[in-house]
Amino acid sequence: MVSKGRIVWVSGPAVRADGMSSTKMYETVEVGESKLIGEVLRLTGDTAFIQVYESTSGLKPGEPVIGSGQPLSVLLGPGIIGKIYDGIQRPLEEIAQKSGSFIGRGVATTPVDMKKKYRFVTSLKKGDEVSAGSILGKVEETPLLTHSILVPPDHRGGKIADISSEGDYDIEHVIATVEKDGQKSELKMYHKWPVRMPRPYAERYDPSVPLVTGQRIIDTYFPIAKGGTGAIPGGFGTGKTVTLHQIAKWADSKVVVYIGCGERGNEMTEVLVEFPHLIDPRSGRPLMERTVLVANTSNMPVAAREASIYTGVTIAEYYRDMGFDVVLVADSTSRWAEALREMSGRLEEMPAEEGYPSYLASRLAEFYERAGRVRALGSPERAGSVTLVGAVSPSGADFTEPVTTHTIRFIKTFWALDTRLAYSRHYPSINWMQSYSGYLEDVSKWWKENVSAEWYDLRAESYNILQREDTLKEIVRLLGPEALPDEEKLVLEVARMVKIGILQQNSFDKVDTYCGPEKQLKMVKLMVNFYKEAQKSLKEGASLADIRAMPIITTLLKAKFEVPDDQVAKLGLIDKQMIEQFQKVSGREEVKVVV
Amino acid sequence: MSETTAAGVEYSRVAEIKGPLMIIEGVTKVSFDELVEIETSGGERRLGRVVEVGYGKAVVQIFEGTTGLAISGTRAKFLGKTMTMPVSQELLGRVFDGLGRPNDGLPDPVADRFIDVNGEPMNPERREYPTSFIQTGVSVIDGMLTLVRGQKLPIFSGSGMPHNILAAQIARQASVVGTKEDFAVVFAAIGVQYSEAQYFKRSLEESGALRRSVLFLNLADDPAIERIITPRVALTVAEYLAFDLGMHVLAILTDMTNYAEALREISAAREEVPGRKGYPGYLYTDLANNYERAGRIKGKNGSVTQVPILSMPADDITHPIPDLTGYITEGQIVLGRDLFRKGIYPPVNVLMSLSRLMKDGVGEGKTRADHMEVGNQLYDAYSRTQEVRALSEIVGRAGLTGIDLKYLDSGDIFESQFLKQSNDENRSLEETMSRAWDVLSTLPEGELTKIKEKNVRQYYKGNK
Ligand SMILES: Nc1ncnc2c1ncn2[C@@H]1O[C@H](COP(=O)(O)OP(=O)(O)O)[C@@H](O)[C@H]1O
Ligand SMILES: [Mg+2]
Repeated sequence: MVSKGRIVWVSGPAVRADGMSSTKMYETVEVGESKLIGEVLRLTGDTAFIQVYESTSGLKPGEPVIGSGQPLSVLLGPGIIGKIYDGIQRPLEEIAQKSGSFIGRGVATTPVDMKKKYRFVTSLKKGDEVSAGSILGKVEETPLLTHSILVPPDHRGGKIADISSEGDYDIEHVIATVEKDGQKSELKMYHKWPVRMPRPYAERYDPSVPLVTGQRIIDTYFPIAKGGTGAIPGGFGTGKTVTLHQIAKWADSKVVVYIGCGERGNEMTEVLVEFPHLIDPRSGRPLMERTVLVANTSNMPVAAREASIYTGVTIAEYYRDMGFDVVLVADSTSRWAEALREMSGRLEEMPAEEGYPSYLASRLAEFYERAGRVRALGSPERAGSVTLVGAVSPSGADFTEPVTTHTIRFIKTFWALDTRLAYSRHYPSINWMQSYSGYLEDVSKWWKENVSAEWYDLRAESYNILQREDTLKEIVRLLGPEALPDEEKLVLEVARMVKIGILQQNSFDKVDTYCGPEKQLKMVKLMVNFYKEAQKSLKEGASLADIRAMPIITTLLKAKFEVPDDQVAKLGLIDKQMIEQFQKVSGREEVKVVV
Repeated sequence: MSETTAAGVEYSRVAEIKGPLMIIEGVTKVSFDELVEIETSGGERRLGRVVEVGYGKAVVQIFEGTTGLAISGTRAKFLGKTMTMPVSQELLGRVFDGLGRPNDGLPDPVADRFIDVNGEPMNPERREYPTSFIQTGVSVIDGMLTLVRGQKLPIFSGSGMPHNILAAQIARQASVVGTKEDFAVVFAAIGVQYSEAQYFKRSLEESGALRRSVLFLNLADDPAIERIITPRVALTVAEYLAFDLGMHVLAILTDMTNYAEALREISAAREEVPGRKGYPGYLYTDLANNYERAGRIKGKNGSVTQVPILSMPADDITHPIPDLTGYITEGQIVLGRDLFRKGIYPPVNVLMSLSRLMKDGVGEGKTRADHMEVGNQLYDAYSRTQEVRALSEIVGRAGLTGIDLKYLDSGDIFESQFLKQSNDENRSLEETMSRAWDVLSTLPEGELTKIKEKNVRQYYKGNK
């Protein structure tokens, strides 16, 4: 029975309604004459406390509230990819068609086109057994993505009593009938799933394959694994959004879910404008064909901002269940936490730190726990993953604030953005001393097998240079660089080269924006070789000034944008020139270099 | 105790008055956000807005403050609508108070439409991404912090610093190269001193821009709570001029710190759980509701470019107001006390400043192919200068290397030739770029690691 109540109190996004005794927690309700969408957050007697996903301006006590009987859910089926949704899966394009350039209220939409026909193919036949999560058949959702039609994960399964033959169907069409214990159930090309409930899977695997992002400081120094978790905290202007955009553009995953949670409108527009024109380096297709956007910008209602994270991760899990690698980036989880804080305040809950509710930590933990590489339910056997990356916007760039400190507890890769690096235009401003990755050992096997056996050692050697510089910097700060012996001055020089030549990466440069694993490795190797050669030359009597004056240094520093990814062989030439120049500065005999 | 009139429903059971809030009992049919007119026994009228309603009570926030209001004899009329601003082309050239009522002695403008001052969120799907370069004639902005049509780029200032002079210079000089369209200016004074508002008005007058300007003035001695509405009415007019009339609008809001303080006052009166420094937890969202009212819309001609100004309490950029602003706006122009003391105008602390949309507004076909790279290199060089300056204070010049000394020189030239200019000097982009290369050419060519070889070859003026 659905409940029908009346509004008794309104304050911003919070509404109380009486006569709601048959309502369930987290049920969605229609609020007021204009049928705004809301969700029940607390029940006391027959009073429901409701958060409303749209502006409540003009709402008054006495207006009706009608229950839906359903928790907040998303519709899962073909047609999601390429869309831009608000926080509760309403397509913004359709909203625009109905209400114009500005978002109106109470606009009724469907998440996907229910009339569009997809060509369905299947190898199943009458009498085959299927279970929860099994693949019934496939349709081409975009040229980049073949979508599996799944038996809902909470279905009892059974024998196929009927299944549609190959043909074009809309998603409302009954694609199969399944029978169990004499009871038949009809399955369509979509199902619904409550967003606050993680989708089940058969088994969890350890993440061991890196998510290749083409970003040197990530892939080489602080990698994240497919199915892993990462956070990128930083003050404003330090590069959270740009880094997330880079991951969304270049990560080698099959599907990307981008959540703009309480951030700028123009940043979502930027993705919408850019992605259809960017070509996926692996498939040659536009990136939009693998991307879903969930946009609840800072000026859109805060309650829907709170929901947007769950909407996004449920969509990500759905594609994972088809056997795909999915990456979800959320910008920014702090705005989600603030939405939580705002509703908590209106519920008059006892606040913990900085006004945030005491359940902030457990909500964060639940969210990041939805990442993972898993074996999906049902047949055929397949593995998929959800990688979760969240931006964190600490107030005052202070990493000791609650959202940052709690997030750190639940993630394994930590990219710490540094305001000072951003001020000096060192981008991405990821601090290499504070950041870490818990997946380093796990992914080193992949690098060894797919790129080079030297990866792990080269990474360590180059990182060691940075670490030494970090220690020496203290001395320099007190005494000046001239106080150091040449050997140590050389460390400073090479560290500078690693910072400029490798760590800094310009997202807006055509070439530098993406750096494949092979180029990454070769560039690191060049730097390490430079350091070794320079040490040797110093020992052989060359002066540091001569080494600093070597023209190869500028070449090395510009290789990242002067040598495109498909011409990595050119780095071999640079290596040769480097050896020659070292021979000159150290006055060594010309030795034949074997190429 | 209620009575329905043509203009709304009246009640007179005032239960409580505290701070800027008035609680009225026995109400029915009152809606959230509804506009309220208060009438004192003496016949004085004030405006307010419902911030909470239920169980027969309405909590009303009084814009003009509650000073002088009494429990008895005060009547509240609920107007049955949210607060709107009458708009039409006639608004141009006019001056209004902080609630949008004429205060230039002229009659009410004839309204084309009445628009809810709260606005509605622009659909990101319908936004047009901003890409047109605005030339401000200020080298540091054009060269390193490019403003783009439809951007929101605030000035973070401190007490006594020349933010108004800079904003007025931008308003006078801003132009989109290759077009003849002038900017319309919407100026909102939020709790600023009379002299500051006057300075601005005069500057617009002298440049002839007043005809295409609309001014909203809430001065320091005007009611504080009114400040919550001032940016909203101003931005409502800005949106109207831009998206209904197709004009390019520059909206200047000063000082947003006063706005946030008014918000804090309301929040404290409502006994809400505070976030940082007593500001409400929703300060971010509330600021965003104002700042996000900038941009362009697909298929429409006009644009709203916002330059909000705020003073950082104690020059602290981590204070919640500048902090949350920086998280919303598309960059920030930060004024620096050190440069100001050195007598450099504009005293822009470039390293802390940023224009997030610069990358989209410059480059080949828009400005110049080397524009972005030169900007990046200037940042890089100046940040090295600062490091070397710090070092030389400890070890003295003798402890510096040759290249360090070059960076010291480049920094001095940067400040004196590039950054510094006069407040009526309108530099062309070519001149700005040429000055930029003068700075960079004091460094050895090999230091220009952010610039492509071909651009170095074309523009570098130093010894090869
Ligand atoms: N990798 C990068 N390459 C070039 N510029 C960058 C990079 N990362 C950040 N930036 C610059 O820094 C600005 C702010 O970055 P953004 O990601 O928007 O910061 P945040 O989201 O942390 O506020 C960008 O507009 C851009 O100018
Ligand atoms: Mg951002």
